[in-house]
Amino acid sequence: MAIEINGTPAMEAPRPGQCLRTFLREQGNFGVKKGCDGGDCGACTVHVDGTPVHSCIYPAVRAEGHSVTTIEGLPASAGCAEGELHPVQEQFLENQGFQCGFCTAGMMMTAATFDEEQKANLPRSLKGNLCRCTGYRSIADAVCGTAEHAGSGAGRLGDNVPAPAGHAVVTGTARYTLDVPPDQLPGLLHLKLLRSPHAHARIVSIDTAPALRVPGVVAVFTHEDAPAQLFSTAQHELYTDDPDDTRVLDDVVRFIGQRVAAVVADSVAAAEAGARAVEVEYELLDAVFTPADALQPGAPAVHGDKDGEASRISRPLENVVAEVHSELGDVAAGFAAADVIHEKTYRTQRVQHVAMETHASIAWLDDEGRLVVRSSSQVPFLVKRTLARVFDLSEDRVRVVAGRVGGGFGSKQEVLTEDLVALAALKLRRPVQLEFTRTEQFTATTTRHPFTIKLKAGANREGLLTALQLDVVTNTGAYGNHAPGVMFHGCGESLAVYNCANKKVDARAVYTNTVPAGAFRGYGLSQMIFAIESAIDELAEGIGMDPLDFRLKNMVRPGDDMLSTQPEPEEDVHYGSYGLEQCIRLVRDALDRGGERYRSAGLDDLGPEWVTGTGSALSMIDTVPPRGHYAHTRLRLLPDGTYDAAVGTAEFGNGTTTVHSQLAATALGTEAPKVAVRQSDTDLVEHDTGAFGSAGTVVAGQATLLAAQELARRIRTVAAALSGVPEADCVLDGGSVVCGERRVPLSEVYGAAHRAGVELSAEGRWGGTPRSVAFNVQGFRVAVNTGTGELRILQSVQAADAGVVVNPRQCRGQIEGGIAQALGVALYEEVKVDDAGRVTTDILRQYHIPSFADVPRSEVYFASTNDELGPLGAKSMSESPFNPVAPALANAIRNATGVRFAELPIARDKIYLGLKEKAREEVGV
Amino acid sequence: MDMNTIEAVVPTTDPAEWRDGDAWLAGGTVLFSYGSFAFGRLVSDGGPLRRLLDLGQAGWTPVTLSDAGIELAATCTVAELYALPESASVAGRSWPGLDLFRPCCDSFVASFKVWNMSTVGGNICTSLPAGPMISLCAGLDATATILGPGGSSRTVPVADFVTGDATNCLAPGELLRSIFVPAAALSAKVAFRRLSLSNLGRSGVLLTGRLDPDGGLVLTVTAATKRPVQLRFAAAGLPDAQQLAAAVERSIPAELYHDDIHGLPAWRRDMTFRLAEKIRAELLGEGIRVSGDFWNASGTPHATSAQPSAAPAPAPTKEAPNGH
Repeated sequence: MAIEINGTPAMEAPRPGQCLRTFLREQGNFGVKKGCDGGDCGACTVHVDGTPVHSCIYPAVRAEGHSVTTIEGLPASAGCAEGELHPVQEQFLENQGFQCGFCTAGMMMTAATFDEEQKANLPRSLKGNLCRCTGYRSIADAVCGTAEHAGSGAGRLGDNVPAPAGHAVVTGTARYTLDVPPDQLPGLLHLKLLRSPHAHARIVSIDTAPALRVPGVVAVFTHEDAPAQLFSTAQHELYTDDPDDTRVLDDVVRFIGQRVAAVVADSVAAAEAGARAVEVEYELLDAVFTPADALQPGAPAVHGDKDGEASRISRPLENVVAEVHSELGDVAAGFAAADVIHEKTYRTQRVQHVAMETHASIAWLDDEGRLVVRSSSQVPFLVKRTLARVFDLSEDRVRVVAGRVGGGFGSKQEVLTEDLVALAALKLRRPVQLEFTRTEQFTATTTRHPFTIKLKAGANREGLLTALQLDVVTNTGAYGNHAPGVMFHGCGESLAVYNCANKKVDARAVYTNTVPAGAFRGYGLSQMIFAIESAIDELAEGIGMDPLDFRLKNMVRPGDDMLSTQPEPEEDVHYGSYGLEQCIRLVRDALDRGGERYRSAGLDDLGPEWVTGTGSALSMIDTVPPRGHYAHTRLRLLPDGTYDAAVGTAEFGNGTTTVHSQLAATALGTEAPKVAVRQSDTDLVEHDTGAFGSAGTVVAGQATLLAAQELARRIRTVAAALSGVPEADCVLDGGSVVCGERRVPLSEVYGAAHRAGVELSAEGRWGGTPRSVAFNVQGFRVAVNTGTGELRILQSVQAADAGVVVNPRQCRGQIEGGIAQALGVALYEEVKVDDAGRVTTDILRQYHIPSFADVPRSEVYFASTNDELGPLGAKSMSESPFNPVAPALANAIRNATGVRFAELPIARDKIYLGLKEKAREEVGV
Repeated sequence: MDMNTIEAVVPTTDPAEWRDGDAWLAGGTVLFSYGSFAFGRLVSDGGPLRRLLDLGQAGWTPVTLSDAGIELAATCTVAELYALPESASVAGRSWPGLDLFRPCCDSFVASFKVWNMSTVGGNICTSLPAGPMISLCAGLDATATILGPGGSSRTVPVADFVTGDATNCLAPGELLRSIFVPAAALSAKVAFRRLSLSNLGRSGVLLTGRLDPDGGLVLTVTAATKRPVQLRFAAAGLPDAQQLAAAVERSIPAELYHDDIHGLPAWRRDMTFRLAEKIRAELLGEGIRVSGDFWNASGTPHATSAQPSAAPAPAPTKEAPNGH
């Protein structure tokens, strides 16, 4: 009995232990996604005989004799004509109910089955569908069909242009990393890793022979096959920003989960069996699991074998990767002048990005023998450089491409899979694929750096900060990828946003034998801002001042030097625009209105045991990472009068593709849909540092804008020659150039140029400097049940200063998504590591990310500013909305309960126990 | 996920066919979520699973009603169980205990989609502290019928079936056949309370209560504790608040409170006392009916607000077949 898929019987039968998800993908239904492979996220939702199920936990053999519908067959299953969309697809497109789009097919397959009762209770109905990007607001609107209206205007600056990939996303045809038909990769092999069971050990020997005897196993690679070149998995414009402390495969393992051997086989099953068969003898080494222990004299040195200078490690024998020690002014004098001093240790936990698409890549050699890697990456150009460096290839012998990327949040600013498939493909000269499991994501990729922040801050009764002193220890885990950058950046804008004559910082990034930390949305700032914004709140409380007034009194304003650890401000950071005061006013007014709403509705009293409060926090961020961030755009006019833009940046739901087309359309006097964007292929443009540090709009967008402005000039020149009208009187207008009285179609302009042997194209480049600053302010109104610790968010408000907002709907989506992700981090997310260094929260059931039911609808406001430095006045707004959320929530809880929670996450059990402790102290027991 | 070590799927309900490396396949939602090394199997235990003994074609009637009570086949899906209280088959029965069925189903973190496959027996055999079917069946004094090789059969109370965090009384190869929910318990007035660290999340604490027709009071604690704990009070000895607290204290030693990411033991302990008292007060004449974070105070299921800001709740636990 064949399995019928979208009306057609499958030609093959499933394997005995196969789940329906992989069977459907093998049959070509790439719209069926793997988010977790454990039934938790719903990205693989399909219908069996019309009933929605999670195909990753559905035994494929059970589908025999049944009819399966995937996203590819959804319209037909509802009787839609060929080429038509199902109504739910229309609604997701109309409302842009997606960002990266990886969860979208599963979301729609679920929503397509809803009756009115289910639509009326989305928290329950959608609890089996996780989205990490959107914060669910746009999904709610899409499911319920409450359109706020799709694209509006001509698709230029300030219009809500829909994402160009929208149709592909809602039809399940957008191609992510592994959505490659098998006929394009004949002879594809699969790689699986044997990972270390020990936190610190030397590999004495590896016997690969038993693995090679497993049928289907083609090769096993160990440290003996790996290049000696040390590198960092972290990717930056300058590789020297990170320590060279990593090998593709090492003979020392430094955390449980580190790669030991790579087994390549005909099938995933054979590769897994091979990995189980490899025999390894380890010599166990002493391990260290906390930064405090790692800093003890005589502690085991995680990278004691490294030359500190050559590897750029500050003090390898003492486990210190990087450090900064600075004092501006005189903090002792500052504290002496203080009327109130707040001193507390703040701690932030390990958290995981949980991008819905796990890390994955495929490598092969093209017809010219050149290495090609298709990867889920935020930084294809940097991956190219790293692969060339590690494998000693010239850069023109490596090409890296990214399909649509299923979420990043910093996790894909690393080389975590590409080096392995490259190694295997170069040795075997066959295509090799590696796909991480969700458990591998938790145990063996990267996390946010846990920070321990000993903070001391003083203020006087006039409401002025007198001193800020921070002792910061960050836990970078077993490898130093992003350790220096996160530490420095964390101690940057978080302090610089306040005027204070006396600032002292002692910060160290420390190795431990645990899963490595890496880049994470906010890049150190979210951790430091949690501590500093909590302290600001305490100081205001201490001197009896409204916390927002206290912030207004102390925060920087244009003209003030932005200082953190250096006596002089960063040379290339300027107030290109300034909207912080506006943001504070917007949040304060919104919270006031919210309070009034609750009062007038009679809802301000939630009953006995409930206490309520409000809290806020601010954040500042440089609009571009330091030390160069480069982008290159090629733009050309096509014969039909439309444009082709080749850009470097990857698209993972950040929306930069839309921004590129809007910026170009604005400069070219046309509409965004007339500018087709091709991207994330190292063959397309010279270089692009990549999509991190929120650089998509302000760097890559700037390059595109410059290219478009140049191309517009060239088109006018040709049009002027063609029409005999002075260039100054030629104006680009949609599909033509208005030359005085005459309208010359662009196709005609193209033809004239072509006949003259001129290609109407232009290039734009931008180096990421000078830079501006962007701001976010978050406010919450919360209620806390003192009997249970239950927290209810009654109101969530964020105001953002993004300069001129290129695409308000998309920017709002970034902010809503940032709030949602930050709420998870503030309230319950935690990667737990046990006493032996093992990650115990290794599936989504043990690591709860916000579901629909957890996320309130936030009010989002924009400051009205126009940046002198950003493209058409725009600023960055991707990672920063995340940063002020946790402290704003902690401040609101403090306001409601009187208890300062200095450790994240602030889960309900900890709230309850914190209140109990306070009550006990008050009784004096 | 693919269970790549599975060599065969064998349709059978005969425990005599079981051998090491086999797992009973009910809905599959737990087995396939953990994969070949489900239920803590290690290479040292004899390696990953090799065969799935498929109950899919057992043909067991999911729900059988009689005046004596309700028999649930182990393979009865959660979706079928959820439908039961509103079905014609129970119309006319005076079984207020049915009021526990839906709140317990809603205590799954897993959504209604997973309920289409997940089974009552699978959830019980997975034996997690927060298993909602354990909460339901233990709370209603249900008994489990277990088949062994050679046609043997035994019954144990569901409350005793689960012996700890992911451990139970099944011997290797034994098969959970059915659950019997007695009419006496179904005839009781019931109460339900639950807390979770996140909205609609995994249960951190779940208590059910029954005021039986004979006037006795039964409280069943799950999720907070590593295994179900029941407190029984005869009609003649119904507790006041203080006596109840003393009984909770006596019945649950500190080490029995579960400790994992879904709630600190100290919180679970205090919440157990709190919810126990809420249930006592409700059943003995004060307070409201069934409630939970998905049930509003009036007892109406399925709040309709688009995105409630916050409220507590439990986590999913797919159901599954017997492990080992």
